[in-house]
Amino acid sequence: MDKKKIMLKIKGLKAGVEENNILKGIDLEVNKGEIHAIMGPNGSGKSTLSSVIAGKEDYEVESGSIEFDGTSIMDLSPEERAHLGIFLSFQYPVEIPGVSVSNFIKTSINETRKAKGLEPMPAGELLKLMREKMELLDIKKGFLSRSLNQGFSGGEKKRNEIFQLATLAPKLAILDETDSGLDIDALRIVANGINKLRTPENATIVITHYQRLLDYIVPDFVHVLYNGRIVKSGTKELAYELEEKGYDWIIKEVEEQCI
Amino acid sequence: MHLKEKLISTFDQSLDQLSFQEKRKESMQRLKQDGFPTIRNEEWKYTNLQPLLKKEFELKASNSTITIEEINEYILKDTDTYLMVFLNGVFEPSLSSISCEKAHISTFKNANEEQQKIIEKYWGSCLPKQGDAFVSANNGLAQEGAFVYIPKSVVLDKPLQIVYASKNENPLFLQTRSLLVIEENGQAQITERHQNFSDSEVFTNAVTEIVVKQNAIADFYKIQNDNFKCSIIDNTWVNQANNCNCTVDTFSFGGKMVRNNLTFSMLGEHSQSNMRGITLIGKDQLVDHHTLVDHLVPNCLSNELYKGIYDHNAKGVFNGKVMVHPDAQKTNAFQSNNNLLLTDDASIDTKPQLEIYADDVACSHGCTIGQLDDEALFYLRARGIPKKEAQAMLMYAFANDVLNNVKIEELKKKLNLIIAEKIGVELAIEL
Repeated sequence: MDKKKIMLKIKGLKAGVEENNILKGIDLEVNKGEIHAIMGPNGSGKSTLSSVIAGKEDYEVESGSIEFDGTSIMDLSPEERAHLGIFLSFQYPVEIPGVSVSNFIKTSINETRKAKGLEPMPAGELLKLMREKMELLDIKKGFLSRSLNQGFSGGEKKRNEIFQLATLAPKLAILDETDSGLDIDALRIVANGINKLRTPENATIVITHYQRLLDYIVPDFVHVLYNGRIVKSGTKELAYELEEKGYDWIIKEVEEQCI
Repeated sequence: MHLKEKLISTFDQSLDQLSFQEKRKESMQRLKQDGFPTIRNEEWKYTNLQPLLKKEFELKASNSTITIEEINEYILKDTDTYLMVFLNGVFEPSLSSISCEKAHISTFKNANEEQQKIIEKYWGSCLPKQGDAFVSANNGLAQEGAFVYIPKSVVLDKPLQIVYASKNENPLFLQTRSLLVIEENGQAQITERHQNFSDSEVFTNAVTEIVVKQNAIADFYKIQNDNFKCSIIDNTWVNQANNCNCTVDTFSFGGKMVRNNLTFSMLGEHSQSNMRGITLIGKDQLVDHHTLVDHLVPNCLSNELYKGIYDHNAKGVFNGKVMVHPDAQKTNAFQSNNNLLLTDDASIDTKPQLEIYADDVACSHGCTIGQLDDEALFYLRARGIPKKEAQAMLMYAFANDVLNNVKIEELKKKLNLIIAEKIGVELAIEL
């Protein structure tokens, strides 16, 4: 495969919190332009994987490597990873009273530009960008001046995450349970937004429990995470199979292999 | 000579030049008897004044001058305001702009005969009969200071800034005094700042009395951002008549030792008292807030919200007393004190103290002590905001509801800048 196409390369990643091993050897490669879905039962390590990629310091990486665009990101802070173009959409976005959505996005964009040696984005341009993305995600006026996530419904929080994704335009988007808390209409809007943001140059990792979101965001690859390992990979058909049969059959398969 | 003895001997020497001699004598007698408080006094349990009181201070500054350029850095400039500048307790007319047709912005010494009667009526009227040693010392010896009189139905057309500047070669003990009287239906916005312009130590003992009459509105903002050699004991006493609204907001960033004694006496029904504060301090700083709301009559509302952020080995004290007297039925009293400790060495002693002797009241209090939320920090950092800026953002968010209540836009901006500077970020968050 053309090396230039590889965006994210994870090899033998083992990580956990204190004594508790959560990821027990993850191998994953994501190329530009691809959508990967990571599925798996509760407690399999899905959220840990996304947090470790984004650089959360609570997790200790025991061994393995993560490369992004050909260089290791293991020693980088969360903000440095964000500056490279890694975006994590949070399962539980944090409420920050007193900081407006527009201020937050402005700070986020301009700090990233600063890290790249660029001048702050002119206010007019920034406003235009935000308006454009608000339209894309069917977000109402007045949203920008609200305090970040404060008093937002579950759906509004998730939509806000995707709004940030749209304005920041990262190379790699990791969507952690973006579908939870969304009703069917919001799900469609959010998924459409994500699809419209797709280019041959960026990639997406969708982490989800259910196949539902994958009806809208069609993955190129589906991986099943179980007990800290990717135990099965396939194409979108695997997702349908999981929806129909649950995870038990895979777990059984894995355990049989172990014996 | 110790400060107490020095004060007493100065008083004995200068008595014949002083106004209100009987009142002053009484106060000095009390200082003689009681002496300055030690940590054995419950009200001073967490703030030890002994090291400060042992130092040699001059009671009178030597001649010095100050320019408007020096002052400019510490005042609001884009807003049209009245300005009173005092240097070492002496009014500086050339640096001030107090010309006002409808209200009297003056000093105790410059007030005309008619105004002197008002001064006589209200001087000391807000103070308790048995004031503590600092109030007594101020009562005994303070002479010059701001006198602001807003007559009936006059709305002061622009804010008034009061700057008590100091500049002296040697350590100086300074006593400032302010009296603000806002008559029926009157309104005024006032800012106050104590600022030292020299390298030597200044210890200020300030007394401010605020008299708010029926239907009047008074907003008073204290900006405490003096240099690290300065200490202040700020005694502010508010008397409120009925249907009036008074706010005292205190922003404490600078100074070595800052003690605020803020007392509201609610003497008339259907009045509202607001007291809010932001304390943001670091290395070797102490800020001690003691507040008292005295609900003496029914149907009043008091709102108290103090937020503190403590870095390095900073020390904070909050003691919020709310007294609801037997007659003060239908009182609403709310108090909240939230604190962030940024290091293991920073500390806060916080004590809500509600004494309720009426049975039909709604009173609440709460205090929290915590750290910056790691989850929130990661969220901001994952969006490319560096750690320091992310911490700053969370601190802004924490202090935001207090800042939001500031009614003078430029002051709000200035406070924002002070906070950003204090946290050490270039980030200017529009709140």
